[in-house]
Amino acid sequence: MTIPSPAASPTFWASIGMMAAITVFSSAGEVLMAAAMKSVGDLDLVRARTGLSGAIRAVVTCPPFFAGVAFLALGFFSLLFALNHLPLGLVAPTAASLPLVLNALAARFFLKENVDRRRWISAVLVGIGVYLLAH
Amino acid sequence: MAHPRLTSRQYLILALVAICAPLGDSCLDRGMTRLPPITLAHPGALIAAVFTPWVAAGIALLIGFFASYLTALSWADLTFVMPATAFGNMIVELLARFWLHEAVSLERWSGIILITLGVGFVAQGPASTDRSTPFLEAEPAEEQLR
Repeated sequence: MTIPSPAASPTFWASIGMMAAITVFSSAGEVLMAAAMKSVGDLDLVRARTGLSGAIRAVVTCPPFFAGVAFLALGFFSLLFALNHLPLGLVAPTAASLPLVLNALAARFFLKENVDRRRWISAVLVGIGVYLLAH
Repeated sequence: MAHPRLTSRQYLILALVAICAPLGDSCLDRGMTRLPPITLAHPGALIAAVFTPWVAAGIALLIGFFASYLTALSWADLTFVMPATAFGNMIVELLARFWLHEAVSLERWSGIILITLGVGFVAQGPASTDRSTPFLEAEPAEEQLR
C-alpha cells in the first residue's frame, strides 16, 4: 500500500467551505432528527403503549429520521475530510461549537421552537465554552 | 410562566445523554490506543477491535447515548437538549482534573464555567415549546426571563 503525499495547504475559502460543510450538515442532521422525534411523540408513552419493539418501529419508520442520519453521516465525513486537510486545533473547536449556535437558529425557524433570550444566551455561552475546551 | 416540571425519569434520561457520549468516547480512545496500529491492508483487525472489552463498552455506551438522546428529543426541544450534550464535556474535564489528576488550564476552566452557566440558564426554563398557543403569540422573552 502506498502512502499518499500530504495534500497541499487549502486556500482560505476552501477552509471556510470545509468548516461550513461540517456545521451545516451536522445542524441539518440534528434538526431533522429532532423533527422526526417530535412527529413520533413522547417515546416513553409510545413504549408504554406498544412495547420496546413498537417504539423502535415508530422511530425507524419515520422518513425524517433517515434523512437526519444521512446528514449526520455527511457531517461526520466532512469532519474527517477537514481533519485530513486542516489542523486539528482549527477543526475541533469549530466542529464542536458552531453547530450549537446554528442549531439554535434552525430550531427557531424550522422547528418553530420558542428560542427565547435565555436559550440564546445559553447557546452562545455553551458554544464559547465548548470552543475553549476543544481548543 | 408556570411550566411542567420534568419527571425524575426525564432527568435520568438527560443525565444519560450527558454522561454516555463522553464516557463512550473515552472507552473507544482507551481501547484503540491499546491496540497495535491498524492499517487498511488488514481490515480484519478493525473488526476484531470491536470485540475487545474497552471498544465494546464504548460502542454500548454510544448506543445508550443515541437511544437516550432520541428519547429526550421526543419530549424536549432541541435547544433544551443541546446544552445537556455539552455538559458531558465538562464532566470529562472534571474527571480528568480530580480523578486522573491531570492539569486543567485556565482556558479550560473558563470553558467549564461558561458551559455550567449556559446549562444553568436553559435548565430554568421550560423543556419544550408550548404548542397550544400560536407560535407568534408566544410569551415575550422578557416575561419568560422573570
